[in-house]
Amino acid sequence: MGVEKWSKAGVKKVMQIYLPIAEVSVNAFLLLGLGGMVGVLSGMFGVGGGFLMTPLLFFIGIPPAVAVATEANQIVASSFSGVLAHLRRKSVDLRMGTVLLIGGLVGAALGVQLFNTLKAMGQVDLLVKLCYVVFLGIIGGLMFLESLNAIIKTRSGKPPARKRHNWIHNLPFKMKFRTSGLYISVIPPVIVGVFVGILAAIMGVGGGFIMVPAMIYLLGMPTKVVIGTSLFQIIFVTGFTTLLHATTNFTVDVVLAVLLLVGGVIGAQIGTRIGAKLPAEQLRILLAGMVLLVCGKLAFDLLVIPSELYSLGKAGGH
Amino acid sequence: MFRLLCLLLLLALPAQGEEVVAGLSQDSVQITTNFDGSEILIFGAVKRAAPLPDGPPLQVIVTVEGPTAPITIRRKDKRFGIWVNNAAVEVDEAPSYYAVATSAPWEDVILDIEDLRHRVSIDRAIRAVGLEREDGADFIEALIRIKESQNAYLNAFGAVEISEETLFKTSIKLPANLTEGDYTARFYLTRGGEVLDVHETSIDVSKVGMEQFLFNLSRQQPLIYGLMSLAIAIFAGWAASAVFRYIRL
Repeated sequence: MGVEKWSKAGVKKVMQIYLPIAEVSVNAFLLLGLGGMVGVLSGMFGVGGGFLMTPLLFFIGIPPAVAVATEANQIVASSFSGVLAHLRRKSVDLRMGTVLLIGGLVGAALGVQLFNTLKAMGQVDLLVKLCYVVFLGIIGGLMFLESLNAIIKTRSGKPPARKRHNWIHNLPFKMKFRTSGLYISVIPPVIVGVFVGILAAIMGVGGGFIMVPAMIYLLGMPTKVVIGTSLFQIIFVTGFTTLLHATTNFTVDVVLAVLLLVGGVIGAQIGTRIGAKLPAEQLRILLAGMVLLVCGKLAFDLLVIPSELYSLGKAGGH
Repeated sequence: MFRLLCLLLLLALPAQGEEVVAGLSQDSVQITTNFDGSEILIFGAVKRAAPLPDGPPLQVIVTVEGPTAPITIRRKDKRFGIWVNNAAVEVDEAPSYYAVATSAPWEDVILDIEDLRHRVSIDRAIRAVGLEREDGADFIEALIRIKESQNAYLNAFGAVEISEETLFKTSIKLPANLTEGDYTARFYLTRGGEVLDVHETSIDVSKVGMEQFLFNLSRQQPLIYGLMSLAIAIFAGWAASAVFRYIRL
């Protein structure tokens, strides 16, 4: 009797890893690869990459609650890695980042509350997916059109004009953001921050895909500063979200996070270098295309009859 | 092991009717980092005082049941053009894992009334009394279907080998996605569908080493666990940045 030690079929064992919190066994190389791929995109576009990674984790069988919480932890790593590169290039507006962060922390706290409530109602998957479809659709579409316009204008010789003043610039509590070359009210960045914080907690994303366009189109920040600044804010908001999920849901899987982030941080470094070499408009149109692609796939899944209509969930207030 | 059991048989005191004496190849399963499932060899013997009785042949059923918990089954319906979770049924008690191995086709090993009494089959092991919905059975069916697709519920009719109406053995596969807890192996001895004897033994499934350390830390010291996760993330981010900078310079 007693305990059996498993040592045969060694090759297969090396690749399979049992995740202690998710309680599933997955292929380690698959996770490293996913992390690396998403990391490259993260560095290129200044997005955490969560909007790609979280659905991918659902797909390979990680429970949604664990995927969302763990992804937040992984984003901390890839964003931190990315922001260091941006800090050296002085393309981070720390002041703007801090204002966005204050909003973000409030939003994250609200988001985790909402997440837990909906999880108990069994509707968290739907909420997450609807959020993805709606936000990715709107933002991807807008960004695609705008970048296309900008590229056409550049080709026809006129310099792309950045709209300097709109109604947003007439609000009170003005503040000088030297790095961005802006003198605007703090109200819009705080609201953007709250909004992104809520999404970070619910969708397991950094929220860069919302924040980057919001900073460009709503706040009128220069594209080069936007990416570093959004990464700066994302580190703290996702870090806070990780702690909230770890202490209320116990759903952060550190083994999963490590596997994803080893690939992710390396990918992010490569991505940041690619991003620095690409012109801003092309960068934006690429990001828009990808956002629309993910949106389309998720919308398709909601509209087409699922292969399994039933799903299992823990009963009661777990 | 078989020899030992035979010895046990010989030494056994005279008993009423027929009884099960059984053993497992392992009474604990350790979930390690590279755990990807396990297989438990289950064997035993029938202890009897009198010579072999006439009548229908002896049959053996072996079940392994994981820890039970209430579970919610939800069905998606089309609402406003999209598929959303709508109807739900709550089951009072469903095992996280359930395997049934028998020595013959199901109808030959146990009577329905005995199944009802001992809750042997998967359907009966799921305790779903007083389902409010008329289509409640569809939900239970879906539960079993999903669990079977995850290899968490399995029926292995005819997988128990009996020799000389005395010794029996089978093996039961445990999947990689195993829940921690006390698992119970049950042995049912039947003749003509009637249960003669039931024997029960437990299998302890637990995480060990790093798996156990991390799991316990995440439950008992969630704040420290969360901070540790963050520290790892920030260190990894810094390390990658530093390494790449060094490579480039």
